[in-house]
Amino acid sequence: MAATTTTAPALRRKRTRERLRIAGFLSPWLIGFSVFFGYPLIATVYFSFMHYNQIERPAFVGLRNWTYVLTQMPLFGPALWNTLWLVVVMVALRVVFGLGTGLLVTRVKAGAGFFRTAFYLPYLAPPVAATVAFVFLLNPATGPVNDILGAAGIPAPSWFNDPHWAKPSLVLLSLWGIGDLMVIFMAALLDVPKEQYEAAELDGTGAWGKFRYVTWPSITPIVLFAVVTGVVQTMQYYTQALVAGKLASGVSIGPGTVIQPGYPDHSTLTVPQLVYSLGFQNFNTGAACALSLVLFALAMAVTTLLMRRRAGLLPAED
Amino acid sequence: MPLPRPRIRLPAALAGAALLLAGCAQPAIGSDRDDPTAPVTLTFWHGWSNADEVKAVDDSIARFEKLHPNIQVRATGNVTDDTMNQALRAGGGDAPDVVSSFTTNNVGQYCSTGMWADLDPFLKKTGVVKEKVFPKPLLAATQYQGKQCALPLLADTYGLYYNKDAFEKAGITRPPHTMSELKRDAVKLTRRTGDGAYRQLGFMPNFRLYQNSPDRLFAQWGPTYFDRNGTAQLAKDPATEEFFTTQRELIDAQGGYGPTERFRTTFGDEMSSQNAFLTQKLAMHMDGEWRGLMLKKAHAPFAWGTAPMPVPDDRADTYGRGYLTGTVAGIAHSSRHQNAAWELVKFLTADTDQVVALANALHNVPSTNAALTSPKLDADPAFRTFLDITANPHSTALPPSDNGGQYVTALQDFAYDVEAGKVRDLGAGLRTLDTQIDADNLQSEN
Repeated sequence: MAATTTTAPALRRKRTRERLRIAGFLSPWLIGFSVFFGYPLIATVYFSFMHYNQIERPAFVGLRNWTYVLTQMPLFGPALWNTLWLVVVMVALRVVFGLGTGLLVTRVKAGAGFFRTAFYLPYLAPPVAATVAFVFLLNPATGPVNDILGAAGIPAPSWFNDPHWAKPSLVLLSLWGIGDLMVIFMAALLDVPKEQYEAAELDGTGAWGKFRYVTWPSITPIVLFAVVTGVVQTMQYYTQALVAGKLASGVSIGPGTVIQPGYPDHSTLTVPQLVYSLGFQNFNTGAACALSLVLFALAMAVTTLLMRRRAGLLPAED
Repeated sequence: MPLPRPRIRLPAALAGAALLLAGCAQPAIGSDRDDPTAPVTLTFWHGWSNADEVKAVDDSIARFEKLHPNIQVRATGNVTDDTMNQALRAGGGDAPDVVSSFTTNNVGQYCSTGMWADLDPFLKKTGVVKEKVFPKPLLAATQYQGKQCALPLLADTYGLYYNKDAFEKAGITRPPHTMSELKRDAVKLTRRTGDGAYRQLGFMPNFRLYQNSPDRLFAQWGPTYFDRNGTAQLAKDPATEEFFTTQRELIDAQGGYGPTERFRTTFGDEMSSQNAFLTQKLAMHMDGEWRGLMLKKAHAPFAWGTAPMPVPDDRADTYGRGYLTGTVAGIAHSSRHQNAAWELVKFLTADTDQVVALANALHNVPSTNAALTSPKLDADPAFRTFLDITANPHSTALPPSDNGGQYVTALQDFAYDVEAGKVRDLGAGLRTLDTQIDADNLQSEN
């Protein structure tokens, strides 16, 4: 008994030191997490129940901001629809296109460096510059793309000026900058053990069979990574849609002019643009926070769903 | 028995965070206890950006500094409303003392939140009788619920630009005065190529064209957006349905919404040399007074003239009216030199010679009664049209609202649907629009 009473405080001290050491090692992450995630999240929840115009003191309004966002704001529906449309179509096409380009450049023997560089370079273009270039290229009146389509006798769409073509035009722009995904897929594809291909060949498997039974099982964790990060990025889609809409409208934006995002017919309006508009144009901070939380919840739900489904995607050993 | 620790810690942390958030959410408030004769440096934010405009503003400041040797002014140009709004809300030592905005749309928001200081005490203190100095519509557009937190600093007026050569070719002798004449002339002036495509459209009323936002054309009907209680009443005012019906008729008479919208997408940017009126793709065009100077500078290859926008047939006696808006100036709530700032605001907005000089330099409409009739004002007849529109008693500006121009945005969104034929029941659509505007207004109130 005596031994126990003398060792207990020493043990506690040792545990405390151990905990402090762990906390010390974790502190950079803990500080970063608290400052850049924890505090903003608590602030967003707090302000979502407040009327706050960034001048006067916040006043508690209960669920009014939530009711406004979910039932009274007509742009919420189009913005959510556009965001989800982009999540489904853009992410799917980016993964398919990125994987396809990755497969292509890993197969190419002659001039491999050139092709890899050529496909990667557009990714380095700043988003605003790339969008300006695309709006110019796809201009229905003066753009070279429609000139070429016209010369070939193909009816040319109005691209960013047509509500039905505006989102597909944004998808085209995102596919042009596929370089990041291509590099990731290329690394994964080069990592697939060659002997598995040789074994498949010995079994008489064709190209599709090799992809289906060798390549795909090896790269599914990377596909999952690409899908999850793609979903999160697309839910935050903002810059390209805003710039494209603004430029395509042809209206000069100057001091005193408020940019109304979503041109044409709100077809390019995304939830992040609506959050900006509510929070920093109308200074309706409470509603902007409520909308941000809706987007956050949606992103969490989709990501969780994808992660739960990962068992079906990942190889058996994972 | 003590509660388990986490139950105490979490509420304590949340309460602490809430206190911290509430404490952070109050920008600094300025004061008007300064001596306007003491040496001081003021910061002035404005939106003018091109070299000629900035020079005109700098010249104005030099004149002011000569009259007030104790006040230095540090001017910053090319500031958008968004930037200014955010800076004033954030506060801090670098926030401006004197602010200006290119639109009257946000005045209601500036006044109701107290972001711009109330100018009535300063007007009273220095003996400026605002009702005598400023035209009534501009004065109304710079106050909200009795609070005069801004004053007009030059006005923008909208009128009709027309291609005289095209008129002559079509056998039209004068610009249209009524909406029926506008429709008839627009049809006569519309010319097509051999394959049926447009070569020139008489007049494009589509709301997405450049400055064609619905509130500007709607001004020709003299609408009342809100009743006395501030409730939206677009559905109740028969003028609203007439306006949308007329706009649709104007489109239909020239080929319909789809073809005209397709033609619009072939236009160049508004402020570029590819502007559709300058390239003669439009024979008539609604625009602000600044377009005249641009047409001159671009050496437009055709004779052009200006006129007031046509009015509805049953309001022919109001011909000469137009839509008014303009630049406004005020004092930031956070300024600690509000008396000195007032001296600058007073000079810029109410000094006749200064207003005339700036109006001539910027080719904008002056915003005081004395300056509008000043013999020193630019005598160009094309510009005179806009002076007359400003002075016309039927001309209207948008009423200020608690949430800035959000009701105009709501109207704009609705108008896009109407012109595209997506609204089958106009009356029901307008009632929904009113409900929406009221909900938006309520949301912005405490």
